Amino acid sequence: MAEKILMKGNEALGEAAIRAGCLHFFGYPITPQTELAAYMAKKMPKVGGTYLQAESEIAAINMVLGASAAGVRAMTSSSSPGISLKGEGISYMAGSDLPGLIINVQRGGPGLGGIQPSQADYWQATRGGGHGDYHILVLAPSTVQEMVDLVSLAFDLAETYRMPAMLLADGMLGQMMEPVSFENVPEPRRVEKPWAANGHENRRPHNVINSLYLSPQTLEDLVVERYQRYQKVQETEQRAEMYRTEDAELVVVAYGASARIAHSAVMQAREEGLKVGLVRPITLWPFPEKALKETLKTAKAYLSVEMSMGQMIDDVRLAIDCRKPVALCSRTGGMIPTPDEVLGKIHAMMGGEA
Amino acid sequence: METVFQRPHALLPVPMHYCPGCTHGIVHRLVAEVLDELGIEGKTIGVASVGCSVMNYDYFGCDMVQAPHGRAPAVATGIRRALPDRVVFTYQGDGDLAAIGTGETVHAATRGENITVIFINNAIYGMTGGQMAPTSLPGQVTQTTPYGRDVKTAGYPVRVCEMLATLDGVALAQRVTVDCVKNVRIAKKAIRKAFENQMAGRGYSIVEVLSTCPTNWGMTPQEALEGLREKMIPYYPLGVYKDVTEAQV
Repeated sequence: MAEKILMKGNEALGEAAIRAGCLHFFGYPITPQTELAAYMAKKMPKVGGTYLQAESEIAAINMVLGASAAGVRAMTSSSSPGISLKGEGISYMAGSDLPGLIINVQRGGPGLGGIQPSQADYWQATRGGGHGDYHILVLAPSTVQEMVDLVSLAFDLAETYRMPAMLLADGMLGQMMEPVSFENVPEPRRVEKPWAANGHENRRPHNVINSLYLSPQTLEDLVVERYQRYQKVQETEQRAEMYRTEDAELVVVAYGASARIAHSAVMQAREEGLKVGLVRPITLWPFPEKALKETLKTAKAYLSVEMSMGQMIDDVRLAIDCRKPVALCSRTGGMIPTPDEVLGKIHAMMGGEA
Repeated sequence: METVFQRPHALLPVPMHYCPGCTHGIVHRLVAEVLDELGIEGKTIGVASVGCSVMNYDYFGCDMVQAPHGRAPAVATGIRRALPDRVVFTYQGDGDLAAIGTGETVHAATRGENITVIFINNAIYGMTGGQMAPTSLPGQVTQTTPYGRDVKTAGYPVRVCEMLATLDGVALAQRVTVDCVKNVRIAKKAIRKAFENQMAGRGYSIVEVLSTCPTNWGMTPQEALEGLREKMIPYYPLGVYKDVTEAQV
């Protein structure tokens, strides 16, 4: 039996990153992710790593860009308003085919918003967040243990596909404490980086990390090549957890903290004899379309449960080609739906079928 | 026959895109000569910034990273922290370093980030066609100051070396120019010192090179050099504003 430690989500993220071989953390204080930076500040000097408090979110993501260009595992973390500032750097990293990890412990928005948990950055995360044609990997944990597991996976995928990865958490997951084990964290995947700008030692032509292409044909070719890589990611890296979907007539879709609440509601509905299941996307980009399509065999309707005004619901509709109605159960601004609210919506949708 | 002058190894044999009379070419050569002389081309990573010099990643023989506008010091910081045994320099223009990237510049400097910064001050945005720069002189006519820079509405130019020299993390802040052989030699010496400082772990070194932009100044190359001597140097006096190696003597 693996040893379990009681840890706060934000701190577990930090420990997981160090164990995944990330020794370069560049951050800027913002609630509710502060404990992650504080953990790194405490731990990095002990393991020979770098903790650097940047002058801004913009500087922090560009430090990640630099470290990543140099060939090492690097990360930054922030919360919603800070992620907006990182948008520029994320776009440049995507345009330069650089890996790297960005953690977003989401809070309510828009603007300065609030500091309570939210999922209102779904569009920003899954549509890239910055300018230009690109995607990033987006992983959505729903437990502290899964935060640990996905950090390591995020680095591996980012390096394999040469694209930035985002771990999309929220204030609830960041602040909650749960028992976690680090014993099953796999060894970091060893990905060769012959492209790194780390000094050629006069043994190879110089490497250039760049996103500028003034010839439109060259730029189009590069973007198209990148999208072929994205297509491979969509084909091979979709991840979702299915709970009692085998005969579900109503399929609830929820990720992260919302999925925990939705899970309780689905369990209750099943006890009442209602044929309800849950699809919990673990990868938000690529969105688990295959898992959703699978449920079309029995589903008559879908319910997207989100801590936003309804963002993921678009991807649910797209995944099932709008073949069934998709309803929304939503709270926003830092408000968290209760299992009873979700159950009430399930009752309303299932009518007297129970 | 003895070869007495040739292209530096660290400068790739490719045509440059710079306008006739632009001083970027001279400064590129000086940087490449220093990389050759110190034998560090193979362990150096250069950071290109946004502006006329953005494509210098095709000109320098060392590994190169192209940074978002103004962010070169942050990108260089990331590289430097990841590769402590390497040499990292940024090559930035005035818009990049003293307008959009002021925050990154001041904080890399005050952290004493162990990097070398080559700062080209030609008092104008060249690549976008000649708009007012943070370093444009009072009264200077540009595309966005068509009646001359009015300091009442457009503010005053930034004197970067003077400002950065106040920071403890700065090892070298020196302003040079490349308008004549004598000044080219001084510039080369300053650039060499800025790299040697980094190799000795002394911290942030910046060499500001007063440069010309004949195209956007609307002058011939010769007139531009005269203009630099008559107008820029009086506003931006050449010299050493901070040098920790002098202080130690």
